[in-house]
Amino acid sequence: MISLDMAGLYAAMPMWVVLSSLLAGLVILTLGEPWHRTRVFINIAAALVKILLVGIMLWGVAQGQIFFFEWQLMPGISFVLHADALSMMLSSLSAILWLLTTIYAIAYLEDSPNRARFFGFFSLCVAATMGVAVAGNLFTFFIFYEMLTLATWPLVVHRGTREALRSGGLYLGFTLGGGALFLIGVVMVQWLAGTTDFQAGGFLTALELSPGLLTGLFLLLFAGTAVKAAVVPFHPWLPRAMVAPAPVSALLHAVAVVKAGAFGIVRIVYDVFGLELTAILGMNHFLAIMASITIIYGSVLALRQQDIKRRLAYSTVSQVSYITLGVGIGGPLATIGGLVHLVHQGLMKITLFFCAGNLAETHGIKTVDQMAGAGRRMPWTMMAFTVAALGMIGIPPVAGFVSKWYLGLGSIDSGQYWVIAVLVASTLLNAAYFLPVLKRAWFDAPPTKVSHQGVEDASPGLLWPALITAALSLGAGLLASMPFSPLQWARFIIERFYG
Amino acid sequence: MGLTELSILLPVLMVFGPLLLALLVFLAQWQRSADWLGMGLGLILLALLTPFSGAVLLEGPLEMQLGGHDRGLAIPFYVDGLTLAMLWLNTLLFLFIQVYAGAWLQLKQPAPAAEFRPLFLLLWSGLNALFLSGDLFNLYVTLEITTLAAVPLVILSHGHAAMAAAMRYLLFALVGSIIFLLGVALVYAQAGLLSLPLLQEQAEPHPALTVALLAMTAGVAMKAALFPVHAWLPEAHASAPSPASALLSALVAKAAAYLILRLWMGPLEAQWTPAMAQLMGALGAAGIIYASIQALRQTRLKRVIAYSTVAQLGYLLLLIPMASVLAWNGVIYHALTHGLAKAALFLAAGNLIMVLRDDSLRNLAGCDRVLSKNILVIGLAGVAIAGLPPTGGFIAKWWLISAALESGQWWWAVVIGLGGLLAAAYIFRILSYAFFSPDPHQETPIHQAQGQLTRALVWPPVILAFLAIALGMAGGLLAPFLEIAAPVTGAQA
Repeated sequence: MISLDMAGLYAAMPMWVVLSSLLAGLVILTLGEPWHRTRVFINIAAALVKILLVGIMLWGVAQGQIFFFEWQLMPGISFVLHADALSMMLSSLSAILWLLTTIYAIAYLEDSPNRARFFGFFSLCVAATMGVAVAGNLFTFFIFYEMLTLATWPLVVHRGTREALRSGGLYLGFTLGGGALFLIGVVMVQWLAGTTDFQAGGFLTALELSPGLLTGLFLLLFAGTAVKAAVVPFHPWLPRAMVAPAPVSALLHAVAVVKAGAFGIVRIVYDVFGLELTAILGMNHFLAIMASITIIYGSVLALRQQDIKRRLAYSTVSQVSYITLGVGIGGPLATIGGLVHLVHQGLMKITLFFCAGNLAETHGIKTVDQMAGAGRRMPWTMMAFTVAALGMIGIPPVAGFVSKWYLGLGSIDSGQYWVIAVLVASTLLNAAYFLPVLKRAWFDAPPTKVSHQGVEDASPGLLWPALITAALSLGAGLLASMPFSPLQWARFIIERFYG
Repeated sequence: MGLTELSILLPVLMVFGPLLLALLVFLAQWQRSADWLGMGLGLILLALLTPFSGAVLLEGPLEMQLGGHDRGLAIPFYVDGLTLAMLWLNTLLFLFIQVYAGAWLQLKQPAPAAEFRPLFLLLWSGLNALFLSGDLFNLYVTLEITTLAAVPLVILSHGHAAMAAAMRYLLFALVGSIIFLLGVALVYAQAGLLSLPLLQEQAEPHPALTVALLAMTAGVAMKAALFPVHAWLPEAHASAPSPASALLSALVAKAAAYLILRLWMGPLEAQWTPAMAQLMGALGAAGIIYASIQALRQTRLKRVIAYSTVAQLGYLLLLIPMASVLAWNGVIYHALTHGLAKAALFLAAGNLIMVLRDDSLRNLAGCDRVLSKNILVIGLAGVAIAGLPPTGGFIAKWWLISAALESGQWWWAVVIGLGGLLAAAYIFRILSYAFFSPDPHQETPIHQAQGQLTRALVWPPVILAFLAIALGMAGGLLAPFLEIAAPVTGAQA
């Protein structure tokens, strides 16, 4: 009897994974401001527990075990959590990056006010991301998707300035507006199909509905997810959300919000509509074109930004759409490229944001001009920055190369040669906005008015997370053929769809 | 005690318990002990409601003649899923607001304690009787009792503004009563009976009954402050003492809207055409959009919340054009969530006013640090009202949107989506004011806030807000109760 219960508890692992950070967040919010040490302990402990649980789940999924949790919320409609190979991609990424970002944030926010609120919502934000990853149907996905919006808002407006509040308003306007469209789409799916449970290969195919209705449905769901994935023209909130503290930007851009959007697009194409139906509706071309426009547009705007964080933000707009591009091109190779970029972009972008935070915190460097000589003053930070920036451009052996390689192979494989042009243009643009930054940091002399010319790098709590994520993005490229590398895991996922 | 005795005892206790207590308090002037007795009564009712609900679920809707008269005479009680839901809401809210009001009256100077307590108890009794009544004349009487208890509660704030608001409320309510009574008289003249279950049994379309339905609807709409006869509500609910505002918004206005649904669904079902139903829905939709936009433009906290009530009541009317089980469940769920969340909002606003002495939104800057629990309540209850997951409001919205798509009336889905967005906008507007970092050197009343609020003031709104969230997990559990004898197509008998 007990063993049976144990099996049930084990199978409900996705629930524990979500709860580990949900409870941490609620406890931190309830405790309030003065409990600094307890808060740090809870934060780190919960992050470690989560990594452990996700690790167990990852192993289980690789072995083919089933993880499933269900709770009936309304007659016929259930809250379902499950873990499939795709879930593990996002949940492993967020589990690892949550620990690092928490360490970074503790150092970054030392002695600043409102830390209980910050860390409370920070944990809730990760809980919602985990929920997005392990949601077993579109209904549950929507619940966590909206929770993510709500948990992120206090982080975006954390500074309490007029600008922060205005950006927060813009953020909510976009995300909740998208959410409302998404909700109507989800209700339509439930009403048409009688279920919203994700199924490999989709579940709308068998219904024989009119193409017009299905296209409308696809566009509703796409609009909902595209807002968070910052697909042009739904992107303006993202650069504005840069007013948030650096750890929030890091998390927003690498794992939480934009990834939830991109992940949603993947789920909709693969597990709701199915590849075949998406192609019949012509929606794969639509996705590829939207993604291409976003990639080019984001890069061009990134070129024009002087503020480092804003440049990185537009870079995110551009890079996240690689995931959508991979899905849009279709075929196993391009899909591998898109999915693996979910992890690769996360690792590289979080490194860049950590470094941008370090530059601003340690020497007040906020614009590209001020970066002159930064390499001499902060060699370690700039080393991490360089690795990640080169990865973004797609230079081997950093992870970004692997993504672009597979996307390129996939586009040739499926005969869509124009995508190669997009990739080349994007690579050139990436180089155009990252290389001058690197040149300035390493080869230009520091401004003469800086009195202290020696090495003065960021404090360890700020530096180590950046170094670790830089090492991870290097490792993900170098060791791409090792088991459990992001690339191998993406191949494992693809076997499900393409056999 | 058997179930039969229970199903007689509980309705009687719900009506006469608070009534006797009100008399006792008024005559004997026991102030503090009245609070304890009231809380005790609330707990007893809550304990009895659980087996009572089970009994109604097992044995079907309850019909009961007080005093053992024949059907059609005297005072009949009628309990179905809708009644059960409202009784639960009533009991929970009166229990928690009782706790809050006791503490509030102690801190408030000068406290209108001697007047507040009897009125509070009278209102409790009147609302219970209204929800239980199964007969048009009794409904009229109970509606009057609630109005006569509710209007003086507004005056208790003292001051010119409260007086003017209360007078306006009284005027609307009295005109509404007269029109409603006219409708009741027409029904009696035409059908010769007033009992709702009996009316349903012999329903034949007749123009006089249609006129009666419209007259009763117009009359009650004035009391429910439905768009476009809502003008009195924002001022009255904003200037009433905060515990009273919570009752007025969460229950009194809703009781009148409940009555509209009772009349349209069931007894007078044969008297209206689909076009009239669409018109009712359109009025509801106009109310949702108009009042939400008004809420966005207010500069005072309690007025934002009051306009929100006008908007949220509009959702209840959407049941009439859709008339399906999904819409039925959705509307009741909406009423429950809104009741809990709106009471929480007004109680939290009362706390903020207690400290800040003023409810203008600008004063909220920096409140999230010192008065964090109250801001948390506004956030949680607001999310429930905006219908975002994982709250009861989300479940309600899901059911309503499903009903709209199912019946092919997609335009209601658009209205519901838009209404949710506007609600989110006015709630987050409040939170934005609270999150704004003030100049740290400026002297504001917040600096003395620490420890000023007692636990009895802080916790009731927190618990109510959490209940509104918890409803989001209980849709599967509660749906069978809501569907008891639902007078809509597709429901089990």
